[in-house]
Amino acid sequence: MTVFLRNRILSSAVPLVFVVLGVFCLARLAGDPVDLYLPLSATAEQRAEFAAANGFDQSIPAQLWDYLGQVVRLDFGESLRTGQSAADMVLTAFPATLQLAAVTMLIAVLGAVLVGSVAAYRPNSLVDRFSSLLAMTAASIPDFWFAIVGVLVFGVSLEWLPTSGVLGGPEVWVLPIATLLIRPFGVLVQVVRGSMVAALSAPYVKVARSKGASERRVVFGHALRNATTPVLTVAGDLTIGLVNGAVVVETIFGWPGIGKLMIDSILQRDFAVLQAAVLLTAVTIFALNIVVDVAHALIDSRVRQPVTA
Amino acid sequence: MTTTAKPATGAAPPDDAPTARPGARQPRWWRLLGRDWAAAVAAVVLGLVLLVAVFGPLLLGDRALRQDLDASLRPPSLDHGLAGLLGTDVLGRSVLARLVEGAGTTLSVAVPAVLCSLVVGSALGLWAGYHGGFRENLAMRLADAILSFPSLLIAVVVLYVFAPSVGNLVAILAVARVPVYLRTARAEAAELRSRLFVDAARTFGTPSWPIIYRHLLPIALPTLLTVATLDFCFVMLTESSLSFLGIGIQPPEVSWGLMVAQGRQYLQSAWWIAVLPGIAIMLVTVSATVLAAWVRLATDPAQRWRLTLPRKRRGTRPVTPEVTA
Repeated sequence: MTVFLRNRILSSAVPLVFVVLGVFCLARLAGDPVDLYLPLSATAEQRAEFAAANGFDQSIPAQLWDYLGQVVRLDFGESLRTGQSAADMVLTAFPATLQLAAVTMLIAVLGAVLVGSVAAYRPNSLVDRFSSLLAMTAASIPDFWFAIVGVLVFGVSLEWLPTSGVLGGPEVWVLPIATLLIRPFGVLVQVVRGSMVAALSAPYVKVARSKGASERRVVFGHALRNATTPVLTVAGDLTIGLVNGAVVVETIFGWPGIGKLMIDSILQRDFAVLQAAVLLTAVTIFALNIVVDVAHALIDSRVRQPVTA
Repeated sequence: MTTTAKPATGAAPPDDAPTARPGARQPRWWRLLGRDWAAAVAAVVLGLVLLVAVFGPLLLGDRALRQDLDASLRPPSLDHGLAGLLGTDVLGRSVLARLVEGAGTTLSVAVPAVLCSLVVGSALGLWAGYHGGFRENLAMRLADAILSFPSLLIAVVVLYVFAPSVGNLVAILAVARVPVYLRTARAEAAELRSRLFVDAARTFGTPSWPIIYRHLLPIALPTLLTVATLDFCFVMLTESSLSFLGIGIQPPEVSWGLMVAQGRQYLQSAWWIAVLPGIAIMLVTVSATVLAAWVRLATDPAQRWRLTLPRKRRGTRPVTPEVTA
């Protein structure tokens, strides 16, 4: 297990290194980094001063060394808009996104396992067709469109839910989570259904039934456990993809999370904050990949053993 | 994106044509398409969108950009001719004309991006899978690295540094989607390389690229095309998200995502500006998903016979989802 964990951490770290270096390369390749950090209206003296203060006048290897040091110390400079430390701003915004993502994935996985299992229990039945249609439509709706139509219907016309903001009771969560939920839910239902259909037609299910196991035990004890692996992989990928959705949802609903911070810093050309946000997201995804791998190994002992095929 | 069995909500098509027997002539693809009404409808929708995107702008001229403040915020009606059919936006521009123009922009981003990533990803994947060893490792690590980051995150950084334009959007989306094809092609090639006909070709001294092109590609192509059809949805949704957020297509160009963004502030008074482009996006995405499910069956010689049966007798199909974040 230790060897497995070490290997997984090493291979998951490769993308992380790519991103850290990628951000550096992009910032330097695109011309003068001073252009990226300072507003367009900066004077020549301001620019020279800024370049000297941040070491942009040094050689590229020296800059890379400085940059790696900054990344390790979580020192990304100051925001141009607020003057706050970029790392602080990002860390303040992060929990809001994390809460949103965690609740969404919890509902998506539980709901999808339920709906997918019911659909797979009788393939091609009315329930199966209906849930497939629902899942496919859900996976195809553009999330930003769903969000604004949701605001129009439930916020403006019916006045059941607030149109944006985070202050208030549980009702402020409904629309943001519903928007984030549709795509992962739609995709997961299809995956659960697919792997449950396969699992329910496997010989061990027949054996379990012939031994007199109850239907509930057959479906949830035997079939579901074996159908978990693909679901877990996809759920991990979807959680990564949730960052895409979070940017959109937070922008529309004014949710003070990391996605909104990213878009704001792009539109107002605040590179220090953008850089900090991207790197923090990269670290989170790195951690998430490791958690998914460990969960895999815990569920399926075949994954733990090094297989030589 | 995932495919599953297509939703069948209507009656099964009548079973009048003879079903294919072993040795009988292969059923033509359009007949197979005709027997599956959901896939047929999807194909017609996609075909229409393509036609409209190519020829629409020629017929419309500058109607998508022409302002007419007298006609501001007209609701959809039949009173103002074809241009007023779907209403007008705040500057009096015809929503229908803008939808047509937006279809062109959307396709001009999505189609080149999908083609680029299809070609590059398949070539790399087949090469990696055929050779194996460190080349395979290298390609797979590259794919993992790209795929473990949300495409929007890559796009956000790149579009900050470089200005948003159609070319840059295509490049980003193509790079972000290469791993999907790379993985699929590698898996196919790794399985095919030990087949007898590949061994035979190698024995005759065929170099590796001709083997990949002549012996591996034709077998892997149907799978890759299915993945491409699905991926088209993803690319289209990402493009419209980026345009909606203001870092994709920039005005005065027209894209469906951008139209939703522009209509957002008039949502209460003029719902049609924002709602209609969203429906257009959804229509195309659902059609592509349905068609992908059909293509998967129709291009698989072991499964194709199912399409010649009426829907009810087809039974359960094996479902292998290709899901990407």
